[in-house]
Amino acid sequence: MVDGLLRAVRLVGAMTIDGVWRIGVGSRFLALILLHSGLSFRRFGLTIRKIFFSGVLSVIIIAVSGLFVGMVLALQGFQTLQTYGSTEKLGVLVALSLLRELGPVVSALLFASRAGSAITAEIGLMKATEQLTAMDMMAVNPVARVVAPHFWGGVISMPLLATIFSAVGIFGAYLVGVVLIGVDDGAFWSQMQEAVDFRYDIVNGLIKSFVFGIAVTAIATFEGFDAKPTAEGVSGATARTVVTSSLVILALDLVLTAFMIKGWN
Amino acid sequence: MRLAHPSTVDNLVEIGDLHFAYGPRTILKGINLRIPRGKVVAIMGGSGSGKTTLLRLIGGQLKPTQGSVKVDGEVVHELDHNGLYRMRRKMGMLFQFGALFTDISVFDNVAFPLREQTDLPKSVIRDLVLMKLHAVGLRGASNLFPNELSGGMARRVALARAVALDPALVLYDEPFTGLDPISLGVIGNLIRSLNDALGATSVVVTHDIQESVKIIDYIYLTANGAIVAEGTPQEMLASSDPLVHQFFHGEPDGPSPFHYQSRPYADDLGLRSGHG
Repeated sequence: MVDGLLRAVRLVGAMTIDGVWRIGVGSRFLALILLHSGLSFRRFGLTIRKIFFSGVLSVIIIAVSGLFVGMVLALQGFQTLQTYGSTEKLGVLVALSLLRELGPVVSALLFASRAGSAITAEIGLMKATEQLTAMDMMAVNPVARVVAPHFWGGVISMPLLATIFSAVGIFGAYLVGVVLIGVDDGAFWSQMQEAVDFRYDIVNGLIKSFVFGIAVTAIATFEGFDAKPTAEGVSGATARTVVTSSLVILALDLVLTAFMIKGWN
Repeated sequence: MRLAHPSTVDNLVEIGDLHFAYGPRTILKGINLRIPRGKVVAIMGGSGSGKTTLLRLIGGQLKPTQGSVKVDGEVVHELDHNGLYRMRRKMGMLFQFGALFTDISVFDNVAFPLREQTDLPKSVIRDLVLMKLHAVGLRGASNLFPNELSGGMARRVALARAVALDPALVLYDEPFTGLDPISLGVIGNLIRSLNDALGATSVVVTHDIQESVKIIDYIYLTANGAIVAEGTPQEMLASSDPLVHQFFHGEPDGPSPFHYQSRPYADDLGLRSGHG
């Protein structure tokens, strides 16, 4: 009994130390990426290729999801607004939900599972097959040559993807709300234009997705680089990327929203 | 050809009293060896005798716990990041499984170090790559991808990549493992001929005897983290030292035991009384 209790305490202690240690190593890794980012911009072609890898290839899933989320929002929103007799506010409701929250958060979650996992798997497999060591032995820094372009590719892609998500979502809401249900066309757009503030809604949303982009790609590249060089190690790292990024996105969203909410009205 | 008089020989690699441990697990215990310029030297030993670790220490991927590795007069573990990279530009390394970049073609793999380390114009890089591929007999495969190559071909491409920058020192990690007899001969000949054509120095980590004795100038035999014997291939094959004899004639049991260190067999099976 006492033995079991002690073991449990010890386990919690070990997990805590391990967690703190990983955060430390992860932060140092992020600093290392930033330190070795010069090449990503001097040879921007490297970064462009990674923007294609994680950004362009995610456009389909982001756009389709945005369309459906926007459509559902319009249906749900119309239902609720009808109770208060203010269905002409549908455009405002949809646009603010998408720009402030759903756009950045949902696209980041999708990005983590589509691109984050791919980044981890690629870097992890390169490590497992000694490609990173080979690069290092050729006096080519793998952090500068492989990791940093992935990181910047993701960081640049994320706000663009969130923007696409919101734009397509608003279009989906238009299709359902205006075309299908028959909300007034003019009210839908003009009320939206009036209520959406560039600084507090659009820029804040972009700031969120930029921060999420940093978090997801930093986690994805770290997990890949840190993966045990075995099949199980890489699959575990890929799963950890998706889980950790998703939780970090949601936690960061709470913090960022708390900071930003003062500007809203 | 004894190498015991370093003053008379110009050594590219000098290792003195080298110790290394992964945490509490000691791998190398006081290695001393010298690799003269222009020679092909083999480091041999059973699996787990610390050969690959030794190669990693020469390449500066690991830091010794004691002692030093000198390459071209510089102590490898005392170099900073830039110094280490400057040194590695003079080295080529062939990895056990090739470590080719799987998402680019054979041509781009060989061109990789040239593009990363030099500012040569495209046409010159193209010619250099084709020359290296020609040397390993795979000029015709330049458009293939690594997953389209056989094991022996992949090893040859990796070899072409390792010597792309005409290194002064080429490190080979188990170059003969997992190859068919023909590929084995091809790789063996390439190691020798590239070494002589480039005026390079080669260190071959291997446990293959048949192939390596044909191409190698000098052998260091490792066991349990130390050098237990050294000499030319002929000397080693003729040696009467029991350990050398066991290794070079492939005898399953001898000074190097068949069994990994363990408790008495009877204890493990629970056959001894007072034990359970």
